[in-house]
Amino acid sequence: MTTQALRKETWRESLRSLKVAIWLGWQIESNWTDPFLFAAYSLIKPIAGAMILVVMYLVVSGGQTNNPLFPYIYLGNAFYIYVGSVLMGISYAVIDDREHYGVLKYIYVSPIQVYFYLLGRGVARTLTGTIAVIITLAFGALVFKLPINLITMDHALFWPVFLIGLAGLALIGILLAGVTLITARHNYFMGEAVAGALYLLCGAVFPLDVLPKFLQYIGLGLPMTYWLEGLRRAMLGTSASPLLAPFSNETILLILISSTLFVGAISLSFYRWCERHAKEKGLIDMQTMY
Amino acid sequence: MKNFRRELAVFVRTVIGRAYPRLIGLQRERSWLFFEIFLPLLGTSAFVFIYRALGAKPEFTGFVVLGGAMTAYWMNVLWSMATQFYWEKETGNLALYLIAPTSRMAILLGMALGGMISTTVRALAVLVLGSLFFGVTFTVSDWGSLLLVFFLTLVALYGLGMIFASAFLLYGREAWHMANLLQEPVFLLSGFYFPIKSLGFWISAGASLIPITLGLDAMRQLLYPQAGWGFLDVWVETLILAILSVVFLVIAHRMLLWLENVARREGRLTVRGQ
Repeated sequence: MTTQALRKETWRESLRSLKVAIWLGWQIESNWTDPFLFAAYSLIKPIAGAMILVVMYLVVSGGQTNNPLFPYIYLGNAFYIYVGSVLMGISYAVIDDREHYGVLKYIYVSPIQVYFYLLGRGVARTLTGTIAVIITLAFGALVFKLPINLITMDHALFWPVFLIGLAGLALIGILLAGVTLITARHNYFMGEAVAGALYLLCGAVFPLDVLPKFLQYIGLGLPMTYWLEGLRRAMLGTSASPLLAPFSNETILLILISSTLFVGAISLSFYRWCERHAKEKGLIDMQTMY
Repeated sequence: MKNFRRELAVFVRTVIGRAYPRLIGLQRERSWLFFEIFLPLLGTSAFVFIYRALGAKPEFTGFVVLGGAMTAYWMNVLWSMATQFYWEKETGNLALYLIAPTSRMAILLGMALGGMISTTVRALAVLVLGSLFFGVTFTVSDWGSLLLVFFLTLVALYGLGMIFASAFLLYGREAWHMANLLQEPVFLLSGFYFPIKSLGFWISAGASLIPITLGLDAMRQLLYPQAGWGFLDVWVETLILAILSVVFLVIAHRMLLWLENVARREGRLTVRGQ
């Protein structure tokens, strides 16, 4: 086989892996129950999550929703659903396949590109996450009259920021999948710990300005901070964070692209290292019973 | 009489035996302790910063820190009580439990007791660290009532956990999703991060079926007597918690027997990877 033909075959295999993993991931996410219960589950969970913040806000504001912080909190929380979904989706796929179903070793011996397989599992969680985000946003627009206009919003800013941010999340997810491959008893906590830390540090539900100074610096170094800021600016037209206000939209996008590329480079090489290490130590079919 | 004594001894030994791994697990994998304190603390901190961004009164920080500490119990009930039989089924241990010559109720009680004690360590850590980080001070107006409310909340809460455990015997993968579904909605309805009174009387009354709702509200009233955010009088909430404790334990006992029979008949006790 020539090099070009080999490359073509690898691409075909990667695409097939991605497609099959998306299908498999979607089945795992959705076929545990009947469509009605799945719809209720998809509806209740995100709305309850958003309502916690709404009630907190309303208790303090005395029922007013005209403070710019309200849409800031609501939108940040809505889009943050993706962070949990993608990070946990990709890293949890390793635990699920290795520990729960015991099939990771079979995946490794089948003609599949594992990297794309994991990304595919992440895409499936992104799909369920998208349902939750749409429901949360629609609920906010209808019930709380959030100032969102899907026609007049800044699409030129929204779509690049949205897609690059999702790609960045997937890359962090792959990084966590690498950690999961080589750890035994901490893997359940990895995704949750990273998602929890990002929730606090990237200004998801409050402006970074209220954090202590040293935490603000950490927040400014995270791609997700610029992702959420870009999405808010695209949908609301303003920024409620004095700390990020001096950055222009172009700067936000540029920082997001460069930080995503940086994370991508680390993620890919780290995952390869973890994979090699896991194979050397015989961890691919590890059963920790945790 | 001799038989009763022997059965009681087996019951007590089972409770201790099932509680033992929960307690010993605390020191066997210390890194878990770190994560189980660190994770709720992250969420709690985020909610504190929201209140700070909104310029809320200082007592709200205290409400959040207390709620954050109590999340440890709810998570323990969901993931280490309700879904426990599901995990045991998946790892093949459930059949061993069922053929053991002991009471299933004793196994559940042991799980609850061990879970309560080990979770108290985590909850206390969240409470102490949260209070230190955010400068929260609590003024206890009545230690006796506070301890009674806390104790009754735990009994009723773990009674509810035992009901869930019995119900989840029938479930496969749904158990995981159901437990997942019972997180945010319960955080909302039980007022983990805000006073329950703000949801209005009827929603709060409905949410009172979840013991942590009234428990948290009563504890907040006892720790912040001047705040004026109480839903019902503390003595009424204490009485309801006492009733819930008894009712939930009785229901759990009945449900366990009934659902075990259903699960046996339908052949669900040994189904794995469902």
